Amino acid sequence: MNQHQALYEYLLRLGDNALILGQRLTEWIGHAPALEEELGSANVALDLIGQARGWLAYAGTVEGAGRDEDTLALQRDILDFRNVLLVEQPNGHYGDTIARQYLFDAFHYPLLEALHGSSDQHIAAIAAKSCKEAGYHRRRSAEWMIRLGDGTTESHTKLQRSVDTLWPYTGELFTTDEIDRALQSSGVAADLTAVQQAWDEEVARTLKTATLQRPAAGWMQSGGKQGRHSEQLGYILAEMQFLPRAYPDAHW
Amino acid sequence: MAACEPTRTYLRCVSANRPLLSFVSVIRSDFANARPNTDLMTHNIDVSLINCIIFRGEPSAVIPRIAGPSFMTGKTLMHTQPAHTEVEPRCSAEALAEREQAFQAKIDADIKIEPKDWMPQAYRQSLVRQISQHAHSEIVGMLPEGNWLTRAPSLRRKLILLAKVQDEAGHGLYLYSAAETLGASREALIEALHAGQAKYSSIFNYPTLTWADVGAIGWLVDGAALINQIPLCRCSYGPYARAMRRICKEESFHQRQGYEIMLTLCRGTAAQKRMAQDALNRWWWPSLMMFGPPDAESSHTQQSMRWKIKRHTNDALRQKFIDQSVSQADYLGLTPPDPELKWNEQTGHYDFGTIDWSEFWRVLKGEGPCNRERIEARRRAYDEGRWVREAALVFGAKQTRRAPGTD
Ligand SMILES: [Fe+2]
Ligand SMILES: [Fe+2]
Repeated sequence: MNQHQALYEYLLRLGDNALILGQRLTEWIGHAPALEEELGSANVALDLIGQARGWLAYAGTVEGAGRDEDTLALQRDILDFRNVLLVEQPNGHYGDTIARQYLFDAFHYPLLEALHGSSDQHIAAIAAKSCKEAGYHRRRSAEWMIRLGDGTTESHTKLQRSVDTLWPYTGELFTTDEIDRALQSSGVAADLTAVQQAWDEEVARTLKTATLQRPAAGWMQSGGKQGRHSEQLGYILAEMQFLPRAYPDAHW
Repeated sequence: MAACEPTRTYLRCVSANRPLLSFVSVIRSDFANARPNTDLMTHNIDVSLINCIIFRGEPSAVIPRIAGPSFMTGKTLMHTQPAHTEVEPRCSAEALAEREQAFQAKIDADIKIEPKDWMPQAYRQSLVRQISQHAHSEIVGMLPEGNWLTRAPSLRRKLILLAKVQDEAGHGLYLYSAAETLGASREALIEALHAGQAKYSSIFNYPTLTWADVGAIGWLVDGAALINQIPLCRCSYGPYARAMRRICKEESFHQRQGYEIMLTLCRGTAAQKRMAQDALNRWWWPSLMMFGPPDAESSHTQQSMRWKIKRHTNDALRQKFIDQSVSQADYLGLTPPDPELKWNEQTGHYDFGTIDWSEFWRVLKGEGPCNRERIEARRRAYDEGRWVREAALVFGAKQTRRAPGTD
């Protein structure tokens, strides 16, 4: 794999993570537990989908095949999606959504912070803007982790189960493959070991404050980054991509 | 007060040569660094900021209530009237008549009524009814368009629609807060809605079948709402008038984005144009009904006009909407589904066909295509979210106990 291909794949990973998680959050709109949470979820979704546009537009440029962010988002099939499995997991109840969000935000923020220093100027620029947003996201989801973890017995039990269920999807966030290696030596990609360290500390701190147990280390799911997804993603795409696929010659 | 007034930020795409035409209220970014307290539940909006909007310009008014997400503050909810009405002294019929006269004189002189001022009970009730119906409409109104959020045809459209639906949630929040200044509580109002005791705009009981419906709603429904609401910016009740000024600014963006969707469809493929015409066919008549029954049958109009809660009649506003929409439809190359629409030189208005008011009353009664679904969706969200709100409340109380220096 050459640098060019690796860069394209790397951008898809960044863009697809933001896109799929943003898409999941929009499912909540109109159905959130409180009005303030309608506003909060919408803000996070707006940020993430905005970031996805940036990453995917750049991916399209790098690919050089004339595909823009919409073509990449709305007319690519499941085998070519590169998001981690964590973000495609179903919304479940609000605790499931918060746990998924927090486990991702705790990774997203240090990742973007590292990419702020990328040798690729486009990446550095997108990361600079996104990083600020990811900081707000992490703060918000951490606050909710603590509120629900240290709230009522019911909320504690529910959230602990959410964390336990989602935990096996966190390993994939930090796995390094040839794409990362190809780009790390030139300073384009982030060093995931450092990101993992930041994640570990952050998550340990929040779980403790939230009076939650850190699940035992164990077997981890993986495959999303290489295009091997869970069954969930097919349904997300079927819904998200419906219009451009049903009317291929239309502009919207 | 200026420091806490959120301003709008225009969201721009990072990569793009195509700026969003949008109107996103990224309220958060404006004061993220100057957040006044940590009771916030989200990083984007704070009770006290809403209060600033609602109470702006009257720092002396001490409002004896928590407006906004009381479930976050760990304080007990009050379902009561504000203090000044609870202790309203009993007075003679004469004294009361005098007060009412003074009140009406104030209104006639265009002096705003503020929460701390005396007001007739009927004025208060009338406002609570109107403001809460309006708030419910904003919230239920999120559902038909929210239905297309996951299927928007481009990322740009998705962002714009998401921001729009988010605005509606914000409107709901402002309006519930305005109702709270009159002694109502958000929770009680919401529970009345879920129990089928409160009304909301019937227009949201119609389904969104195609993407063109999102365009038609923005163009016609937000357009009609805007015409209804602009006069409310001068409503005699201060907090409502101020909330409406903010809301109207956003509604005009909503209307523009809707019309732009329609324009794109009408300049698109035959299938897209068909979608657009079909949406107009379905939304036209219900939009005309948004202005309420004809003046002759409208029960609240006269008193409301005397109190300057309302400033134009239903029929006058409806005519204005028709005049404006016909030429807009024309520009799109679409035809409203009314063969009797005709320009009348003499009146300077469009004549139009008979509105089927039996449909209006039917839908109002609960027999519209989506009445059940809409209320059920709201009820489910509220019920399934109860444990979350409770947890936040309990956590808030724990925090208060833990904080040093409090009892
Ligand atoms: Fe609105
Ligand atoms: Fe609107």
